[in-house]
Amino acid sequence: MEILIQQLFNGLTIGSVYSLVALGLTLVYGILHIPNFAHGALYMMGGYVTLTMMTSQGMHYWLAIAVSAIVVGLLAVLMERLVFHPLRHAPPIHDKIAAIGILLFLEALAQFIWGAEYQTMASPYGQIINVAGVTLTMQRLLIIIAAVVVMIFLYVFLKKTYTGATIIAMSQNREGANLVGINTNRVAMLTFLISGALAAIACSIAAPINLVFPGMGHLVITKAFVIIILGGMGSIPGAIAGGYILGFTESLGATYISNDYKDLIAFVLLVLILTIRPKGLFARGGH
Amino acid sequence: MAAFFKQRNVIAALIIFAIIFPFITNNTYFVHVMTLSFIWMIGVYGLNLLAGYTGYLSLAHAGFFAIGAYALSLLTTKAQLNYWVAFILALIITSVLGLVIGLISLRTKEHFFAIYTLCVGYIIYLVIDKWDSLTGGIRGLIGIPGPGNIGPIEFTTPVSNYYLVLFFLLLTVLVMYRIVHSLTGRTFIAIRNSEDLAQTIGISTMKNKLLVFVISTFFAGLSGALYASFIRFIGPDIGYISITFDLLTYLLVGGIGTLSGPIVGTVLIVWVSQQLQFLQDYRMLIFGPVLTLLVIFYPRGIVGGIAESLMKRKQKKQAREEQLVMAKKSVAATAASNENR
Repeated sequence: MEILIQQLFNGLTIGSVYSLVALGLTLVYGILHIPNFAHGALYMMGGYVTLTMMTSQGMHYWLAIAVSAIVVGLLAVLMERLVFHPLRHAPPIHDKIAAIGILLFLEALAQFIWGAEYQTMASPYGQIINVAGVTLTMQRLLIIIAAVVVMIFLYVFLKKTYTGATIIAMSQNREGANLVGINTNRVAMLTFLISGALAAIACSIAAPINLVFPGMGHLVITKAFVIIILGGMGSIPGAIAGGYILGFTESLGATYISNDYKDLIAFVLLVLILTIRPKGLFARGGH
Repeated sequence: MAAFFKQRNVIAALIIFAIIFPFITNNTYFVHVMTLSFIWMIGVYGLNLLAGYTGYLSLAHAGFFAIGAYALSLLTTKAQLNYWVAFILALIITSVLGLVIGLISLRTKEHFFAIYTLCVGYIIYLVIDKWDSLTGGIRGLIGIPGPGNIGPIEFTTPVSNYYLVLFFLLLTVLVMYRIVHSLTGRTFIAIRNSEDLAQTIGISTMKNKLLVFVISTFFAGLSGALYASFIRFIGPDIGYISITFDLLTYLLVGGIGTLSGPIVGTVLIVWVSQQLQFLQDYRMLIFGPVLTLLVIFYPRGIVGGIAESLMKRKQKKQAREEQLVMAKKSVAATAASNENR
């Protein structure tokens, strides 16, 4: 029983990180209508920027995360301006390949600047707490809290502010949004900014319990794809729910099925879903 | 002069160059690099037919490459089969797996297909990496035999290996040429241009997509099998997504959806990488932006770019000639009317 609770808690932790990454991905999907393969690289850059700010600048953990969110957000905006904007009328295969090009570049860049070795990020919250026989580390608890706070912020921003409404309007219908006077270019840049910042925050809060290395984005981004297909491409509640579903499935699968193959669970899940529903779980419209 | 550069002459010259290449250079390292790039080319051709001609970007290509390589290695080392029997069996295994995976994955379209195959690629990689008892896990397999003798012909020297791979490459190019210029090839292109339209005019898109997927995996397997017996040891890394990205880079630089693109792109990048050996780990600092810029400015790569500019020049020339004819006519007409007056 204790193991189960422990694993559910772990699932909640991993799920929070997955949800944040998937949220950024799904927001961009709403604007671009392509899967942004470079999102994993943004995630990785977020981890490194936070780490550098903490080690070389001696910044406090939360301040470092804030800087990282801004830096990576701007990087994402740059990406939109330089690559995706010129490609907006090209066939979808081009955006995908361009995104892969960015991914390869950023990974090589990270390796060039920070080296290929695995690095640990020291968190100021290493304490261990015991709640009803379950051992938790403070960091894991913080991941959950931070993720939920970010999600609430994002929700309020999207639902209650005018700027947030423009993002939703544009993901619903780009031309329509343009017609009612929304500056679609600005909204696209804003969306990329948010998506980059979300990736940076997700990586920075997860890094203390994982490691920081150039290829760290690969698995996370692929799983984020699984999540947004699970939750419906472009759907925000879907991304959050999908993230937690995958988090729970993985942590339970790792305990009760096989720890070696736990990374396979997500992919097998996706393969199963797409096998049964080729257009995703919540696809709208028929063939 | 222009006639000298006709397609047929260029192809003949390239083949002759490829044949005498080992005699021109006495450097076995160059022969080694060239053989390796030929092996990659075969895989790139498979990807080209699927992504370039049919418009389905498969990110599981390295997975099938690895399946071909591992099938050959396991059949020769663990099952102790004759090399060529194992070789053919490896190709059959890869194609059958391609058929099964294609049957399922081709139900999806566009980015769903890309993500699906990305996941399939990961699954293949993870299975190879974790299935320790069969694949040797992260240690990989060693002691893979080189190509066996065919009658009196032995493949023990690097040069003989070079010719064997060259033979397979030429065969691949020939098959690709025949496919692309056949009705089937046109069907693939029709599917790329508009799947709905293709279906409307009575093309069974699923059957054709499945066919092209199997062909593509077949060549990935062929390239993998040749790789395994050329390098003699393999690890799970060859199934990793970065190999797919490498192949994609070769294809894109050369020209996606062109027949000579895979050759141009692979030779160019493999040689440039050799020159930039000190950059090994950082080569993507250059190739990543190159890939992105190419897609923005030259979406059809070097070959496509050249073909386009040639076409434009031809059109311009034609237009100029037409203008000249028109001008002459008008001059003649004025002269005639002057005379009449």
